[in-house]
Amino acid sequence: MDTVTIINALVSGLLTGLVYGLSALGLSVIFGVIRIVNFAHGELMVLGMFMALLLFRWFGLDPLMAVPIGAAVLFAIGYALQHFVVRRVSYLPDHMQFLLLAGIAIMLVSGCLVIFGPDAQGVQLDYALDSFAIGNLIIDKVRLYAAIAAVAVASALLAFFKYSSTGRAIRACADNYLGAKVVGLNVDRLYALTFGIGAACIGAAGCIILLLVQVHPYLAPAYTLLAFVVVIVGGMGSLFGALLGGMLIGVSEELASVVLQPSMKTAFSFALLIVVLLLRPQGLLGRVAR
Amino acid sequence: MNDLTPFGRAALLAFAALLLAVPWIASGYVLSVSIICLYLAYMGQAWNLMLGFAGLLSIGHALFVGLGAYTSGYLFTKLGVPPAVGVVAAVAVAMAMGSIIGYLGFRFAIGGVYFALLTIAFSEFVRILLDHAKFLGGTEGMFLPVSQESRRGVDLVNLRGSTEMYYYVILALAAGAFLMCRALLNGRVGYYWRAIRDNPEAAEAVGVDIFRFRMYAVLLSSGMAGVAGVFYAFYYNNLFPEQVLGIERSIEVTLAPIVGGVGTLFGPIFGAFILTPMGELLTEAVEGFKQSGLIAKNVKTDGVKLMFWGLAVALIVLLKPKGLWPWVCERLRLVKPPGQRG
Repeated sequence: MDTVTIINALVSGLLTGLVYGLSALGLSVIFGVIRIVNFAHGELMVLGMFMALLLFRWFGLDPLMAVPIGAAVLFAIGYALQHFVVRRVSYLPDHMQFLLLAGIAIMLVSGCLVIFGPDAQGVQLDYALDSFAIGNLIIDKVRLYAAIAAVAVASALLAFFKYSSTGRAIRACADNYLGAKVVGLNVDRLYALTFGIGAACIGAAGCIILLLVQVHPYLAPAYTLLAFVVVIVGGMGSLFGALLGGMLIGVSEELASVVLQPSMKTAFSFALLIVVLLLRPQGLLGRVAR
Repeated sequence: MNDLTPFGRAALLAFAALLLAVPWIASGYVLSVSIICLYLAYMGQAWNLMLGFAGLLSIGHALFVGLGAYTSGYLFTKLGVPPAVGVVAAVAVAMAMGSIIGYLGFRFAIGGVYFALLTIAFSEFVRILLDHAKFLGGTEGMFLPVSQESRRGVDLVNLRGSTEMYYYVILALAAGAFLMCRALLNGRVGYYWRAIRDNPEAAEAVGVDIFRFRMYAVLLSSGMAGVAGVFYAFYYNNLFPEQVLGIERSIEVTLAPIVGGVGTLFGPIFGAFILTPMGELLTEAVEGFKQSGLIAKNVKTDGVKLMFWGLAVALIVLLKPKGLWPWVCERLRLVKPPGQRG
């Protein structure tokens, strides 16, 4: 095990981790504002991946160019999901809401299974095997592009929350639900928007990650769990935490697969999740748990 | 029994008689579907004990089933220990895992949905470990030896015999679980559990040791799942980590109690007997449509069944969050109204 291999693994883990982070951002936004644990997270992501796959097959569209379309469609799905379904169960205890989303997750993943079949399918890009070399350091072109796209979308999201009035209104809802209602914000609409924005993040991440992995329906539960790991490690509801958690998990997965075995890398993430849940349940950057 | 109306009592007796008579009146296919029904009813009871009684959501029950299955399977194949003895070890291992999760979860005050995530994390972690455990077969699977002649007759010590025997074993387990939960729910523990479920702070304030009673719920539930694991191992005779411990298995366990009614005694049984036959009918219908060309041949039949199950859960949570059983009870007047109970 030489240093170059380790550094290469570090860099590639960091880049992949940024895409994980973007996806986890979607989970974090939804949880941070609506206080709903979106158990259908990975399923929405796989939906985005399949959409990018179809766009590539039908029109030869690069998955990176499919990001706006994937994000827009997932935004609509997320908005509708909150407006027509999730909103109606807000009076139920947390675990019932969780189970509702689990039911939706099963429907989505088995729908994908019925339509697309169980086999892994990917896109063949002409630059798929290209890479940049900086000294001994080798960076895959696709991985770098994916990371840049993920950072671009994440920055757009952060800017939206920081500077736009709608973004500020959504933050107001998250900070003080009653106060937001008192000052006349349309909380129901803002919640639906938030779910839509979260889902759009997930859709964008789905399109981007198709550059790196082949898609099949059973990825969905794995991505749900991965996003939970990322968000819990980074801190539920903290947006920078999600990105940081993503990079951390990306690096630890990559290192685990170099040092141990590739198939052990997820076990490593779950072990990390258990440790963080026990020692710092609010996550690395999270505020003290509610 | 005392709470039942005469009609309810008759319905219960008729249902019990029907269950006992199934092997006499039904063919091999119906019998094996009935076994799945009863298995899910039993597991539903175990899962419901945690969420419905004590308010603890687990999405990791396949872990306890898997530990029970692998423990008894390993003892049988490698050391020749019969399952009648192996079940003790299986329950012990499942309960040990339950106590680890429970201890960590409750001591570190991991509440609500986070506790569910802890159960998922442990379950997935162990599944990946089993994938790499060569001595347990790893991804190639563990196979329990079974001979043609052992498929006849009854050998309860080795859990080998006809399909009818497996049916009665799982029927006895499901009935036993039902009676045990009924006794627990009507006893002191049941009241403590429900107090903890409805308001942990208030329960603690009046002196209920919530840590201890939550642990009881987890231990009992994981032990029951461990027994189910032994049945699973010796009924199917092959174990793959992906199939036994996959998260789909953990979710499958939750379906029957959710549809029947979380927190009700008969709900898990009712849910299992609604969902499983409907799933089978749907499978038959899809296969039929495929034959007649209405649906493309390459459509995964399993996917359609799962879609139906997902839809069922979503609709139940949306429309009847208390489950179908309380509603059926009221409609058919199976239970006396609260005022008229002796």
